[in-house]
Amino acid sequence: MSAAPAVTRPDLFGFLPVWQRNFLVWRKLALPSILGNLADPLIYMLGLGYGLGAMLPEIDGQPYIAFLAAGTICASTMNAATFEALYSSFSRMHVQKTWDAILNTPLGLNDVVAGELFWAATKSFFSGCAILIVITAMGLTNGPTALLILPAIVLTGLAFAALGLIWNALAPSYDFFMYYFTLFITPMTLISGVFFPTDQLPGWLAAIGGWLPLAQGVALIRPLLAGQWPADALIHIMALLATTAIAFTIALRLTRRRLLK
Amino acid sequence: MAALDVSGLHKTYGDTEVVAGLSFTVEPGTCFGLLGPNGAGKTTTLRLCLGLTAPASGSITLGGHVIPADAQAARAKVGVVPQFDNLDPDFTCAENLLVFGRYFGLKDADIRPRIPQLLEFASLAGKADARIATLSGGMKRRLTLARALVANPDIIFLDEPTTGLDPQARHLIWERLKKLKSAGKTLILTTHFMDEAERLCDRLIVIDHGRKIAEGSPRELIATHIEPQVIEVFDESCGQLPDFTENHRHLADRVEQSGETAFFYCRDPQPLLTALADADGLRYVHRASNLEDVFIKLTGRELRD
Repeated sequence: MSAAPAVTRPDLFGFLPVWQRNFLVWRKLALPSILGNLADPLIYMLGLGYGLGAMLPEIDGQPYIAFLAAGTICASTMNAATFEALYSSFSRMHVQKTWDAILNTPLGLNDVVAGELFWAATKSFFSGCAILIVITAMGLTNGPTALLILPAIVLTGLAFAALGLIWNALAPSYDFFMYYFTLFITPMTLISGVFFPTDQLPGWLAAIGGWLPLAQGVALIRPLLAGQWPADALIHIMALLATTAIAFTIALRLTRRRLLK
Repeated sequence: MAALDVSGLHKTYGDTEVVAGLSFTVEPGTCFGLLGPNGAGKTTTLRLCLGLTAPASGSITLGGHVIPADAQAARAKVGVVPQFDNLDPDFTCAENLLVFGRYFGLKDADIRPRIPQLLEFASLAGKADARIATLSGGMKRRLTLARALVANPDIIFLDEPTTGLDPQARHLIWERLKKLKSAGKTLILTTHFMDEAERLCDRLIVIDHGRKIAEGSPRELIATHIEPQVIEVFDESCGQLPDFTENHRHLADRVEQSGETAFFYCRDPQPLLTALADADGLRYVHRASNLEDVFIKLTGRELRD
């Protein structure tokens, strides 16, 4: 056999081969995956946007479909990141033992979990972008600020990927993920201004909603879609980044306790 | 410098001491066996050596690197064949090797030329584009071995490499492992197949309950721990075995009873064979004693779950 090729890997990019692995799998199933991620939110958006929207007055000076479009970008970004960090990461960690195989190489658990974080965020980015493209084609964007939605999708995806990885580290089985959706994701979707403005809610509930990560994404993406600069943009950006950093740290610690005990 | 040096290793899970003061050294270019019944602490020991879990106390040096502090650097020159196949089911054979090479920081341009050689070595030439689901158990094991070699490691860990394989597949794996050893690789092997250990290992240790209970070459262990000849006597439903055993116990150095079989360990088998020739209703097998007899003597006949 030929001589050993030199092993040269900058430690900072240890996550990259893990990300690449997931990307290669995804590439084999890219089209059905994108269509699958696109169909469900679009059906909701078009059905509610035009059906329900026809009965509604304008919201903040825009038709309901435009209001809902921004919420749909956020919700489908959140869902894509969450599904990937829960079900798909769990398959790789617990069922296929892909993580165990990787841990036998020079990579460490931080590389594996970071690779999963960035991958889930990437997949949610594809999802959010797909929705954004359809929305743009429908003429629901207003000017070049819409381009800034792309980094906002990335920040939203990262935060939910990191949060999902915490739950992944704690999960005994797939059934456990249902709690995450019914206790966290679904209620959050309803109080974060995805479907209706939060001023419809009791004050205390709207206040809670305003603190949740989905609301940060909505607060950035809805004005950008309407062609405006988001109020308090820096606060929302920092909130999403902080959520990502803290959740990732917790997820890494919990996963270490689970796999390397 | 030793390929692997383990000294005073302890590992505890809750109240259970899984590894209880283990010490051993593996010389480079040799095959070292880690033997023990299920639950003896073999896999935990391997995980400790790879830095995948931290010891309660003790020291480990792998390929000159201190474990677990410097484990990632150590693993760059180590290949691992795990007990359970964890090949990537979404990939072909070639893709499995490519993706795994990237985990070692290798460039695609360096990995791709190695893939045909690795597949050839694993007798999987022509299977480059085959999906994992289409491979037999033996093929998967061989691909896992090829995968462990992707970064051309100096040291290869094999955790029960032939469990669940048919004899042909086992012999092929053994042949490849011998080839690796003659290429100068260090092999560290756990197994509970004694014929496997006898064939492959230069030195081995037997562990039970996390403790080393014997150490040496297979030949030394057989010579030290056990009589050279064994006669296994089976009862053919006539119920004569207990009487026969009682009356002929003095012809053997040691007798062990296990279910419907009596094992007579002896230096001179002739008197017993003569006696057996006259005994109706009993069948027997006469053979040289082997590592399995040593193993059973040391770890007992009770089932381990």
